Amino acid sequence: MTDLTDAPAPTLKDPSRVPWEGIVMLVLIGVLLVIVGFAIRLNPLIVVTVAGIVTALLGGMNPAQILESFGTGFASSRSVTIFVAVLPVVGIIEFFGLQEQAKTLIGRLAKLTAGRVLIGYLAVRQITAAVGLTSIGGHAQTVRPLVFPMAEGAALRRYGHVPEKISEKIKGHAAGADNVGVFFGEDVFVAVGSILLITTFVDTTYHLHLEPLQLALWAIPTAIAAFLIHGFRLLRLDKQLDKEYREFELTAQKETAGEAK
Amino acid sequence: MINVEAVYWLVGILFVAWASLIAADTNHPRRWGGSAFWGLLGLCFFYSTWVQAGTAPAWILGVAVLVLVVLASTGLLGNGKHRTSTGPEREAYAKRFGNKLFIPALTLPLVTVILVLVAPLLNIGGTPLLDPKNTTLVALAIGAVAAVVVALVILKPKNPATPIFESRRILESIGWAALLPQMLTTLGILFTKAGVGTAVGNLASGLLPKGSLIAGVLVYCIGMFLFTVLMGNGFAAFPIMTAAIGWPVLVQTFHGDPAIVFAIGMLAGFCGTLCTPMAANFNLVPSALLEMKNKYGVITAQVGTAIPLLAVNIALMYFLAFH
Repeated sequence: MTDLTDAPAPTLKDPSRVPWEGIVMLVLIGVLLVIVGFAIRLNPLIVVTVAGIVTALLGGMNPAQILESFGTGFASSRSVTIFVAVLPVVGIIEFFGLQEQAKTLIGRLAKLTAGRVLIGYLAVRQITAAVGLTSIGGHAQTVRPLVFPMAEGAALRRYGHVPEKISEKIKGHAAGADNVGVFFGEDVFVAVGSILLITTFVDTTYHLHLEPLQLALWAIPTAIAAFLIHGFRLLRLDKQLDKEYREFELTAQKETAGEAK
Repeated sequence: MINVEAVYWLVGILFVAWASLIAADTNHPRRWGGSAFWGLLGLCFFYSTWVQAGTAPAWILGVAVLVLVVLASTGLLGNGKHRTSTGPEREAYAKRFGNKLFIPALTLPLVTVILVLVAPLLNIGGTPLLDPKNTTLVALAIGAVAAVVVALVILKPKNPATPIFESRRILESIGWAALLPQMLTTLGILFTKAGVGTAVGNLASGLLPKGSLIAGVLVYCIGMFLFTVLMGNGFAAFPIMTAAIGWPVLVQTFHGDPAIVFAIGMLAGFCGTLCTPMAANFNLVPSALLEMKNKYGVITAQVGTAIPLLAVNIALMYFLAFH
């Protein structure tokens, strides 16, 4: 995910030294700013930038150091923006009707529902991530061009048309299936960032010797639980969508009835 | 060797290309603001190469980043109504090309995965062909380029620049959210430097009643969860919660199996990642990519899995790690 593997080991201040606490706690104002900013729905970019500057000032950094941090932070985190490199291919195949084709293809398979399409994707995503193939999927490369249109195509076949409210719900769950699959699949693979972070941090700080394989092994129960919980919710999603569609039809009927008067 | 910096330059070139398309679009509602934002973002990708190498001052980049934030948050970006194929046109194309449309879509992951797998074997006179530290990123970029080539060959668009035109449409619908993941990483760095982690660690160990195993497990797992929600990823939370509770309380006092305690502790943090807008690349960028009305819609879909899974993690740790 991110490369914070070389984050310095924290040195905890002795909590009994009360005079320290006030100063240490002051930096939490930045965290508070983030929570309030997101809660009142300010533009997240502004929230994050202001919180960063305030926290840095409270932490005793001067303006030059803060600017420097914004620069090095940007430069070292460019990897998270690499997804834009896949937009050109997604753009051209969408122009030529990929989403429509994905819908048609799913529409032919009568037994598929939005929830079942997403369970299938969840399973594929989790299993491939567990053998180290996390790069096989992703929001830009698979969810937008393939997974969401397929799930929506299944809903289209079932309901005849897909109201926006249902479409929104399918979108959220299409992205959710990708996240749950990759998060709780990749940790079963030994050479993944989070496992290596645990071993390097623990081995250097506490002089233990943990094998990545042991950690990966103990990630399996949670991986299974994640599949069961999320899979169950996706099965229920179909029922929720059915219910929402019935409500949608009822209100639509009422509206047309109202117009007739 | 294909270095990861080459990939960043490819991304930078794309941003500059999109910026020039917007600048040339006289119908764009925010033509200059939009092209300035994406163009400057592209230049930042180039300049960062020297910042990373330590040969250029980082504060200049810092100023540029703040300018980007101002441009984006004052509504100067706008979203051009770029003309694309209409619904009926797309239906017709889909009929004509049929399942061939999937070939470029599958080329991308296939090439990426194959390159990742064979990368250790690819070398010229002992020098690896793909940057060994960033194999996945380099492979993804090569996969993306290969997929565009395949798409051009199969679909034969009238204008070979169609991929760039059409991706500009997607980019503009993502808008400022494209910059957010990098800004959040920066915030994480500033939080760490200012000692937010230490403060949270003190707070968590202050809350802990002495001598209770179940309380220790609860504070460690819920602490990982909440701290991950605040920071956006479990990697920042792990060292802090482990130094405060995981190691001194769960392993040293209660003799928990360290492999189980730490593996499950990290996974409790991942439950937090599912619930937070701070993990923008997983939760906010996708809602922008899918053009959702509610930008928190992905989180809404995930919370119902994250909370029960956190409870499962707490139970697993309590019952498996202590004998």
